[in-house]
Amino acid sequence: MLRYILQRLILIPILLIIFSIMVFALVQAPPGDFLTSYIATLASTGSSLNQETIVMLEHQFGLDQPVHIQYIRWMQNLLRGDLGLSLEYQLPNAELIGDRLGLTLVLALFAFVFTWAMAIPIGIYSATHRNTILDYLVTVVNYTGVAIPNFMLALILMWFAYSQFGLSITGLFSRDFEQAPWSIAKVIDLLKHIWLPMIVIGLAGTARLTRVMRANLLDELNKPYMVSGRARGLSEWQLVMKYPVRLSINPLVSTIGWYLPELFSGSLIVATVMNLQNIGPLLLRSLINQDMYLAGAILMIYCFLAIIGTLISDILLVWLDPRIRMEKV
Amino acid sequence: MVTQVHPLIKPTNDLANEPLLKVEDLKAYFFMDEGIVRAVDGVSFDVMPGKVVGIVGESGCGKSVTMKAILQILESGAKIVNGKVTLRSRVHHGDPNSAEELIELTHLHPNSRQMRRIRGAEIALIPQEPMAAFSPVHTVGNQIMETILLHQDVSKKEARQIAVDVFRAVGISMPEQRIDSYSWQLSGGLRQRAIIAMALSCNPRLLIADEPTTAIDVTTQAQILKLLRKLQEERQTSIIFITHDLGVIAQMADEVVVMYLGMVMEKGSAMKIFKDAQHPYTQALLRSIPSVQSHSRVKLPTIAGSIAHPFNRPKGCPFHPRCTHFMRGVCDAAQPHLVEVDEDHFVNCFLYSEADGAKLMDKIETAPPVEKSL
Repeated sequence: MLRYILQRLILIPILLIIFSIMVFALVQAPPGDFLTSYIATLASTGSSLNQETIVMLEHQFGLDQPVHIQYIRWMQNLLRGDLGLSLEYQLPNAELIGDRLGLTLVLALFAFVFTWAMAIPIGIYSATHRNTILDYLVTVVNYTGVAIPNFMLALILMWFAYSQFGLSITGLFSRDFEQAPWSIAKVIDLLKHIWLPMIVIGLAGTARLTRVMRANLLDELNKPYMVSGRARGLSEWQLVMKYPVRLSINPLVSTIGWYLPELFSGSLIVATVMNLQNIGPLLLRSLINQDMYLAGAILMIYCFLAIIGTLISDILLVWLDPRIRMEKV
Repeated sequence: MVTQVHPLIKPTNDLANEPLLKVEDLKAYFFMDEGIVRAVDGVSFDVMPGKVVGIVGESGCGKSVTMKAILQILESGAKIVNGKVTLRSRVHHGDPNSAEELIELTHLHPNSRQMRRIRGAEIALIPQEPMAAFSPVHTVGNQIMETILLHQDVSKKEARQIAVDVFRAVGISMPEQRIDSYSWQLSGGLRQRAIIAMALSCNPRLLIADEPTTAIDVTTQAQILKLLRKLQEERQTSIIFITHDLGVIAQMADEVVVMYLGMVMEKGSAMKIFKDAQHPYTQALLRSIPSVQSHSRVKLPTIAGSIAHPFNRPKGCPFHPRCTHFMRGVCDAAQPHLVEVDEDHFVNCFLYSEADGAKLMDKIETAPPVEKSL
């Protein structure tokens, strides 16, 4: 078990290097660079930069170097723990991301817990009460949930709240708390606002997870160990909770891996629409402006999360399923 | 355990001659969108204490459904529509010295506490595939102890000791270690023994063995059958032994019930069934057993045709399309009934039906030789 985890840990830096090359290539892929889009932005407002300033800026940002040199410089900084400077904000990327990381994590965690806390019980109910009216209702809601893009849902809810109740439900804080330092009142204010983005971000995942849980459980409910358990005198509830639920959650655990980064990146459009101060809008803006070091840093965090997520779900699986545990040790 | 005075309770000596389990005209149907499947259609038999009753028939003849109906663990969609199942139960389940009472199982709700306390403690099941009957993510010991803790008032430690003891009783070596293994870590034979141990763990008086030896090789099968016989004699347990293998029945059973499409075709003592089978179906089944004495390279007789689809159940006697004694206008017109042809020997066939039994009995003398070449 320990050896297995160690093996996986050793793989992480190798994977990160591969991902860093891919991330850098992708960020570099669009034609032009930060300066060309900066110049274009300036031009659209009628102002311009003179040639000298452009050359100076190019040199300052290292944009005059060949691509591989740029990559190596970026990597050197990364290895020193320096995420670089945002070209647009002229601030350290670490600071920009750090400001938003906490809120991103909180929101993602809320959405994640919401998803699992809703999906597992509903999936169990749906499978054990197959083809009842409530099961059909759940199925319809699920398909709707999967089909509606979450930014659309966000817009509808925002419009509904505003037109019906005159409530503005964007953002994670009230106006008074937005710039305030952290306090208990601010946390309460956050909790008052976070439920809606949580639902919007978590809903599609909930719907999908419910379907998977239902399907897995339906498979398990027909297994011979169910007959064996009933014949031993177990009540239906004891039986279902101990055996089939346990067995149908196992495959779900393996999805945590890709679910974690998806909660971060998946909230990108929603976060922009709902004006949430998390990493999503920051990434979107950095990509539009070709703020390559900022975009690169954020994408590297996503990659890191994906690796960690996979590791967590693998460890959970090994811990949960003796069949895998015995094989690996 | 709480002593509950049941209205049906009777002094022990009154029940001494009662069968342990009495199944009367049991009917269990599946209600499906495509129609009704009469999986068990009027089955009656008795299980006397300490006896082994073999239920034999081809796949799909309702053997397993009968077993599930007795335990009231039918799948959703299936229902007992008629009949009575009466168990001579101990008042304190699992206690060999307990007073007895008669319980009509068919009157209990399938999910009732009373019914659940009978399952596992009074009637236990040895399921078909031991591999699939254990959960793969729980140790076998965990599942056996679960049963013990459910039915007996013991601590976890005591339950473990009981489980170890019963593991030893079924001939598993190193029971203390084996109890902590997962089902897929055990060999086929050990798995089979473990599942028998699970069934025996609460001292039931009736075991239902549902084709317990289909999943294992012949050598292991012989060992398992020997073990079951030994345990049955030691503990005076009754067994309902469900199988399609007449050879196994010959080794195990005191009484035999031959089923076809949810009906009893013939029943009687094993001796009578094997030596003096009366029903054409039983006769055909017996002919299709390979014999050591038979000449090699001779095709083994089989029963022509295959078992009817449950939705297209033949009118009249369900076996008539495949029967070598088929009588037009008789067998396809009405359903025969079980008649006693000899002491404790019943046959469900118009050849022996009481209405015009004598006349039909003549027919069998002149009937073409039963041998049917294929």
